Amino acid sequence: MIEFNLPSLGADMDEGTLLEWRITPGQAVRKGDIVAVVDTTKAAVDVESWVEGTVHHLVTEPGETIAVGTVMAWLLAPGEVAPAELPAAGAPMGQTDGPALPQTPPTEHLTPAALRTRMSPVARRRAEQLGIDPDAVHGTGPDGAVTLKDVEALASARITPPPAVAAAPKDRAAEMRRAIAAAMARSKREIPHYYLAETVPMRNALQWLAAHNAAHPVTERLLPAVLLLKAVAVALGRFPELNGHFVDGEYRPAAAAHIGVAISLRQGGLIAPALHDVGAKPLDALMSELADLVKRCRAGSLRSSEMSDATVTLTNLGDGGVETVFGVIYPPQVALVGLGRIADRPCVENGTVVALPALTASLAADHRVSDGHRGALFLAELREMLQHPDSLAGGAS
Amino acid sequence: MSPQEIRAGVIDTLLGIAPEVEADQLIAGKALRSQVDLDSMDWLNFILGLHQRFHMDIPEADYAMLTTLDAVVAYLEARLD
Repeated sequence: MIEFNLPSLGADMDEGTLLEWRITPGQAVRKGDIVAVVDTTKAAVDVESWVEGTVHHLVTEPGETIAVGTVMAWLLAPGEVAPAELPAAGAPMGQTDGPALPQTPPTEHLTPAALRTRMSPVARRRAEQLGIDPDAVHGTGPDGAVTLKDVEALASARITPPPAVAAAPKDRAAEMRRAIAAAMARSKREIPHYYLAETVPMRNALQWLAAHNAAHPVTERLLPAVLLLKAVAVALGRFPELNGHFVDGEYRPAAAAHIGVAISLRQGGLIAPALHDVGAKPLDALMSELADLVKRCRAGSLRSSEMSDATVTLTNLGDGGVETVFGVIYPPQVALVGLGRIADRPCVENGTVVALPALTASLAADHRVSDGHRGALFLAELREMLQHPDSLAGGAS
Repeated sequence: MSPQEIRAGVIDTLLGIAPEVEADQLIAGKALRSQVDLDSMDWLNFILGLHQRFHMDIPEADYAMLTTLDAVVAYLEARLD
């Protein structure tokens, strides 16, 4: 049997509330299938399966809040036969919202007389006072006799409202602020950041985009953000020390650039879900994926792989932002690229000062993994790529 | 299509992108993007929404004309006849 645990959904999330199951026992599950929807401080996340198998049974109940790593369900591996008994570890390991309610035992097989003999007079009197049906009380005394304590326990359980199935609406803004605070405080505590910045002329890139967009219908228009994403991914391919995770005291470079795109939410707060393998995708595919990601981000519907897979973060302020942004690295990543607003700046060209559209690209990187010299080379590479937008328009770099 | 219908269509498109906006709080003569806080993706979706609703392809070169709600309505009105 395979344990299906609640996956980690980013450094700033350590628990989630199950909203609903998307699978039922007996159902076949493939890798990537959505198995459940889990509410986090940042969004309702579609949890994807990382294994293949058949659902044996579900452990977590909708409405339960569980810690990352808790067993949510048991799956049978392909070809595995269901065991006769459930594994002992099938009991949830995580905390539930409240104490479990005492179960009412089946009483059909007991005659009233038999029941009567198993209840102490003081317990019976108390049950009458409280309006409790003696048949409904589970006895824990000798021979299963109902004691005063049993009656009291049932009474107090009854006045405790059962845990709500739908989680009560939380103050999401306050929770998100706490989550961001925890991740960013950890970043500043653990990661020795260094910062670099470089001016990137954007005339060629903007001219290329304007020509492309004039030749295509509005549905196929590209934003500068897409060209920038692609340039960052391709440049990172040559600087593996900026693209990966620092885990358990050692650096693990990533094979592909899954870029976490910092997206601000209309109601406040920030999410940086991942666009997968950006360097390998053509611009039109990146554009539609980015549009879809922004839309789902704002609607509060993301996938677990998007929450956990980012290998680097890109903060792109677009045309409404400031000139320069220096980011705080999102652990366990080791770098954050910040792109400021594209605006006309005085630039020197052939010995003359001219007004050119430009942006400031910045790098915040982890000094445990890379040095400023390599970081500077990365920014120079990024600047050069954006002078040749044609070369970014293809598929793989 | 009357200017009132165009205006209603533009506002409806805008609300699809920025649902928190109160239509009666919009100042028709004030810069739209800063007023409603539309980033470049929102703006492209707005243009896309107008394209779908009014069946008109708005070239990027014309974005500079679409400054205010009034300007957007006037732009569409002039080209829908």
